[in-house]
Amino acid sequence: MRLKVERRLTTPRWLELLAPAVALLLALLVVAFLFRAMGVDPLVAYGRILRGGFGSLYGLSETTTKAIPLMLCGVGLALAFRAGVYNIGAEGQLLIGAVCASGLALTFPDWPAWVLILAMFAAGFLGGALWALLPAWLKARFQVNEVITTLMMVYIASELVNHLVYGPWKAKEELGFPYSAKFSVAAQLPRLFLTRIHYPTLLLALLLAVLVYLLLTRTKWGYEIRVTGENPAAARYAGMDYLKIVLLVMVISGGLAGLAGVGEVAGIQHRLRYPQGISPGYGFTAIIVAWLARLNPLVAVVTSLLLGGLLVGGDAIQVAMRLPIATIYIFNGVILLFVLGGDLLTRYRIRLVK
Amino acid sequence: MKRVTDSAVAMRGITKRFPGVLANDRVNFEAYTGEIHALLGENGAGKTTLMNILYGIYHPDEGEIYVKGCQVTIRSPRDAIRMGIGMVHQQFRLVPTHTVAENVVLGLPGNFFFPDRAVRQQVAAFSQKYGLSVDPNAHIWQLSAGEQQRVEIIKALYRGADILILDEPTSMLTPGETKELMSTLRRMAAEGHTVIFITHKLDEVTAISDRVTVLRQGCVVATQETAQTDERALARLMVGREVLFHLEKQAVQVGPTVLRVEGLQALNDKGLPAVKDISFTIAAGEILGIAGVAGNGQRELVEALVGLRPITQGHVFLNGREVTNCSPCALIAQGICYVPGERSTGVVPGLSVAENFILKSYRQAPFCRGLFLDRSAINAHADRLIAQYAVMTPSRETPVKLLSGGNIQRAILARETSSAPALLIAAHPTSGLDVGATEYIRQLLLAQRDQGTAVLLVSEDLEEILALSDRIVVMFEGQIVGLVEAAQADLEEIGLLMAGVKKGNT
Repeated sequence: MRLKVERRLTTPRWLELLAPAVALLLALLVVAFLFRAMGVDPLVAYGRILRGGFGSLYGLSETTTKAIPLMLCGVGLALAFRAGVYNIGAEGQLLIGAVCASGLALTFPDWPAWVLILAMFAAGFLGGALWALLPAWLKARFQVNEVITTLMMVYIASELVNHLVYGPWKAKEELGFPYSAKFSVAAQLPRLFLTRIHYPTLLLALLLAVLVYLLLTRTKWGYEIRVTGENPAAARYAGMDYLKIVLLVMVISGGLAGLAGVGEVAGIQHRLRYPQGISPGYGFTAIIVAWLARLNPLVAVVTSLLLGGLLVGGDAIQVAMRLPIATIYIFNGVILLFVLGGDLLTRYRIRLVK
Repeated sequence: MKRVTDSAVAMRGITKRFPGVLANDRVNFEAYTGEIHALLGENGAGKTTLMNILYGIYHPDEGEIYVKGCQVTIRSPRDAIRMGIGMVHQQFRLVPTHTVAENVVLGLPGNFFFPDRAVRQQVAAFSQKYGLSVDPNAHIWQLSAGEQQRVEIIKALYRGADILILDEPTSMLTPGETKELMSTLRRMAAEGHTVIFITHKLDEVTAISDRVTVLRQGCVVATQETAQTDERALARLMVGREVLFHLEKQAVQVGPTVLRVEGLQALNDKGLPAVKDISFTIAAGEILGIAGVAGNGQRELVEALVGLRPITQGHVFLNGREVTNCSPCALIAQGICYVPGERSTGVVPGLSVAENFILKSYRQAPFCRGLFLDRSAINAHADRLIAQYAVMTPSRETPVKLLSGGNIQRAILARETSSAPALLIAAHPTSGLDVGATEYIRQLLLAQRDQGTAVLLVSEDLEEILALSDRIVVMFEGQIVGLVEAAQADLEEIGLLMAGVKKGNT
């Protein structure tokens, strides 16, 4: 008796849907052992996470709030990954978006609200896009591995934010906290009644998810992206411009991450804070959002809500059961591992042979 | 010729299935000690699969294997090596940046320190005994294909192999190197080694083997003494019917010059000159064949012509307009179509048949309006090509990766020829295809020529070059060493040119 791994000729549709679900279940199982080891009943813990994220109106509103940056980043990453460009630095692009928006908000507090908000979103998109552009250019021009460069750019962005909030932008009235001054009301996004859902960003995210989906499936650029991602040699052979495609997907994915950063400072914080204060790793969690959605920008809307709920539920068990927040990051990591592994099972099958 | 009939290896009733394919169907195969046994068959007949089973890379679904009379189970190449079986793969398994000696001992247990002197002595001994001359201190990347193959053989011998499997050993070699290899194999067989070599070249079978086993579609169709058969009979066994060595070909109707190449030079991937001062022309309605052993600059020449490789010197004119160093995109727009040598370059496996059909034309109307693709135009185009070129596919939405090699090639040719190109460049268009697909593709190329397309055909298959071309140039080490009219072509003369033997001053 031994196990045999063979390539599948076709992948049944049901399997493509089942694989991520099974991956999620297996991840739950593995993390259950972790909870047990920490002396917590896994069922109780999962119950708390579920109820925390989805079990109440408050939970749902918080889940949606956290899903907004995940959605923006995840949709962009799905596009980049489809082109075979592994942008790991959405977190950095998000922070730069936040910096650009904050710069505008602090410099021109008296602009009319709609002008200022629009300008902040535009600046955030541009900032995130530019932050992604350098690794993109290095990759397309000199074959520099974008996984490393985009990741390194996260740390640069993070230190830039630190520099600003501890240095030039530090507000005197904040009594030594590393915060910038509070934004004027004009620079604050409206929220849904009694919640923290800054709905303009949410609507923008939903709209962009649809647009990116259409770009990918209905346009010649999307065609070029799909061809390049699957067979770069064929793309070259067909006369496609590799540099253009890499720059395009990086500008979009970086820009979307930048918009997420704008949403966080203008919708939630109303000021620039230290990096972890703005984003608890949304840019990294969005990688899971994209893969769990099988790189489909529309499905990423759903998976961002799922992961958002997990983050909220994580906060709940952190408070209620005194578990470290790292538990939820481990959970996320295990999910990604199983999703990627499950992907393999859609392309190969395992048989037991005698 | 001595005759020993001790069984070295015997495989009984070997069956091996891959998803969707029966690669070996109850195959019986036996090689005697000290013989050279040819395993003949077309691409995809199951030769390599059978030998990979013997070498422990695959495991048979059914059947038994006997080595030197004892039944064995071979779980891995390590098992095979322990039983004295060595294999030289078509693609060498060597580490380019390591030396010959390091490659020879790579993976062997034992010495903590590098057994430098022992290896060198051993390599020298093999060199002398079998004519396997190679410098043990040379780095692999410095060696020619023939020398690398010798390293692979030494590697197997060093591990104590007395049964040596060679997978298409001459495919990378020049005729001279082939000759050396043949003499090495004979000396090894004379020393009592058993040599099994996989091939689809009939002349090699008759030149060197003692016995031959012919595989067709996974089944053994014959095992014979080579002396008691001839090439024609073997060809019939191999393909299952009389082979058409000549295609019906209309007289050439040469039109105006389409492609003019003047003093073209280009570098290979290592940055060394690969195409050295090449000039030729192709007229509308003719096929120019480029013959030559692989690696003599054909690939670089073709890539330079289609814009995928910079031209360092010289000029290219298409219909009188200079197109030197134009981008692939501009060249496609000007009517250069290209069937690439590697099929994997020509298609996007995960995309549908319909989407693969627009790989070159997705920028233009009617497939693209503004930024958006027009689904219905793409689908109509796909349906038309599928019908016209008889591409066997379940639907136009089927991912191309699910099609057979012959159908993928059909799809590529459908795409490349349907736009009525000015110039069609076809590199190895039938490599790896079965006889039926090969014939279809060749007829398609001839039809293109008759329609007035200028065709540049690059092939290692001399038979194909002779059957299709109107004129033939021979490339050797990046230069054109001969130009002959196909009507007066002499196989032997071209063979000599390919091997770099210069003609007299004629």
